[in-house]
Amino acid sequence: MSDTVAAGAVHAAHTEHDALSFWRTYVFSTDHKMIGRQFLFLGLFMLLIGGLLAMMIRWQLAWPETAVPGVSWIPEPYMYGGIIPPQTYNAIFTMHATIMIFFVVMPIMVGAFGNFLIPLMVGTRDMAFPKLNMLSFWVGAVSGVVMLASFFVPGGPAASGWTAYATLSAKTEYTGVNWGQNLWIISLIILGASSLMGSINYITTIVNMRAPGMTYFRMPLVVWSLFITAILLLLALPVLTAALAMLLFDRTFGTNFFLPDGGGQPLLWQHMFWFFGHPEVYVLVLPAMGVTSELLSTFSRKPIFGYHAMAFSMIAIAFLSWIVWGHHMFISGMNPLLGTAFMMTTMVIAVPSAIKTFNWLGTLWGGNIRFTSPMLFALGFVSNFVIGGLSGVFMASTPVDIFIHDTYFIVAHFHYVVAGIIFALFAAVYYWFPKMFGRMMNEGLGKIHFVLTYIFFNGAFFPMHFLGVGGHMRRIYNPTQYEFIQPMQDWNVFITVSALILGSSQIFFLFNFFWSLFAGKKAERNPWQANTLEWSAPTPPPHGNFEVQPVVYRGPYEYSSPDVKEDWLPQDKNLGVGAATRAH
Amino acid sequence: MLRWLPEDVSTYGREIDSLFYLIYYITAVAFILVTVLMIVFLIMYRGKEGRRAVYSHGNTTLEIIWTIVPAAILIVLSFMSVSTWAKVKRHAPDSDFELQVAAKQFNWEVVYPGPDGKFNTEDDVKFDNDLHVPVNKVVRVYLSSKDVIHSFFLPNLRLKQDAVPGRTILVWFEATKPGKYELPCAELCGFGHSGMKGWLYVHTPEEYAKWAGENLGAKPQ
Repeated sequence: MSDTVAAGAVHAAHTEHDALSFWRTYVFSTDHKMIGRQFLFLGLFMLLIGGLLAMMIRWQLAWPETAVPGVSWIPEPYMYGGIIPPQTYNAIFTMHATIMIFFVVMPIMVGAFGNFLIPLMVGTRDMAFPKLNMLSFWVGAVSGVVMLASFFVPGGPAASGWTAYATLSAKTEYTGVNWGQNLWIISLIILGASSLMGSINYITTIVNMRAPGMTYFRMPLVVWSLFITAILLLLALPVLTAALAMLLFDRTFGTNFFLPDGGGQPLLWQHMFWFFGHPEVYVLVLPAMGVTSELLSTFSRKPIFGYHAMAFSMIAIAFLSWIVWGHHMFISGMNPLLGTAFMMTTMVIAVPSAIKTFNWLGTLWGGNIRFTSPMLFALGFVSNFVIGGLSGVFMASTPVDIFIHDTYFIVAHFHYVVAGIIFALFAAVYYWFPKMFGRMMNEGLGKIHFVLTYIFFNGAFFPMHFLGVGGHMRRIYNPTQYEFIQPMQDWNVFITVSALILGSSQIFFLFNFFWSLFAGKKAERNPWQANTLEWSAPTPPPHGNFEVQPVVYRGPYEYSSPDVKEDWLPQDKNLGVGAATRAH
Repeated sequence: MLRWLPEDVSTYGREIDSLFYLIYYITAVAFILVTVLMIVFLIMYRGKEGRRAVYSHGNTTLEIIWTIVPAAILIVLSFMSVSTWAKVKRHAPDSDFELQVAAKQFNWEVVYPGPDGKFNTEDDVKFDNDLHVPVNKVVRVYLSSKDVIHSFFLPNLRLKQDAVPGRTILVWFEATKPGKYELPCAELCGFGHSGMKGWLYVHTPEEYAKWAGENLGAKPQ
């Protein structure tokens, strides 16, 4: 076998680096696995901040203008003895969304797992451009620092929503926020550079560095999802960067791209933002779908149902995601005829998502299901995605959207989809933790974490549909100011109590994570008895990943294959000529 | 869930609501179907020592069915939505009752054309946040904004339209029941966004004539 290895070895030029210094190992590392861990810690830290901001939003909505416990130290005019003023409220939900999208879901799902998994799962030693990879993380970290710094500038952080609609975002006088908004723009421009470097690396690695025998249609679906995500990022981010630069010019150099007084168009911002923004939604959710496919197959001990349909539906989503952005703008004043066209494309993009859901069900059918913590969270993702996907049909219909646009129905919808990703995120952490850190996480604590998170996630987000149906607008500071919303105030309290318990339940995760990091049970090489290549590498994998270059003989989901006695069959296990032709 | 919908007092709200109900029933069936199947599979195929999962890579017939059925439903839904959308947003009926509403941080500035029936003349009458209209009359509103984007939202009339600086957008409604209805701003417009609201007063023709006589300084339109 070693002959094959020598012949097939890819990029053998990356030789072993023995005994690297502390700085080169843990800080300025070029090892994709360390960079993955760095992204994970960055994301988890930001998750804590984004989560605390969410708690403050919920407190204000349930018990308006009462003091939030624990924040009375924040000085006036940002807080009044713990009472959130309207300006600060706007800043809080702006930063909550910005942090959760750009600094939690993207760094963890794309940054951490993309980095950690791609080289291991395609069977290579590292990313194509390890130094660029390191730069990608550190540029991303700088962007995070800039975003957090905006909390401390006079006027506070950006307060025009994460969508930063012009003209509100384009002139300081409209929000009273000057440097906060500028830093928000600058931070996202920097983050765009970081993501571009990452996506170039992912694409190059997947195209050029797959192990011998690893054809495109033998790649694990999570690699497919990250591949498509990287392509979407590569094409979408330049548009956001251009829009952000134009916004910054409007704010600081007196240009008028988005300001009508000087001949600009406020809707131009929305077109550019959502041209980026809708593919961005799939950037967030595709890796979660990939993780879910991976785990459902592994823990059902059964091949994924319709591998090709799963891959092609992701490709279809990627294409369609470029022509649906207008559904965010049905009531923006965009030509209503264009609204009709965008409704059609939006209805069509629901089809590949439906295919994925049915194929997940098909995967469960006839399985021998193991209810481990990662599996429970993957099932939780499916359950939330079903609700989030179906609620999307309402707003795709333009007449219905007239009523529910900008209400809590939309908030419910995108939290079921985007906040629902947290289930795939936890699933991925529980599943790959042993490979990342060499120890197992505690199963009992994981299950408690799942049950609490699942119940109170639904308690927090499902009633938002009712509020939305009642017409409750988003982004309002005090719902009790409206007579038609007042009868629904009890739901706001219910949601807040659920959200507070949901937030507190994450202590089980944090404790489990850090305790297992140091005191967890030592993990074996393949604790879940899975097929993909990362489980053939030592635990945790050394610099360079594999002892010998793996050679791939089959697809990633050959569970319960009749060719072997065990119910799993690793991609790189050589069964000899006769068997190899039978299995895919 | 849909019992939370505010009372509908518009001519086109019934069409919007029936689409809402239709989608609700379709998605509810899909949700129940998927959830029940998932729970049944999770119970039936829970892991047992010594059992082996079915070795299957899929079923093309099934996959074609569950691609075509949702696609057909969704395409039918979008065609059903076209006419209502066109009615509300594309074809405003003619009417002699016209108003201008200019949004500004954080008020709705309502302009009546005054006795001469023309806008931008000296006898225009302005109000902050109060719209008075007669029942069963098509009202055409020329919507604009003086600063940032706002959104003109009448929950009881199922009408929402962003007001965009630099543009004037025509919206219309016809109220079918006299009463007082809230008119909030639905698009984040700054620190005073919450609480930016007005009232729509729908009067009987007699009441409206009385109000117009007292406030518009002339015979009603």
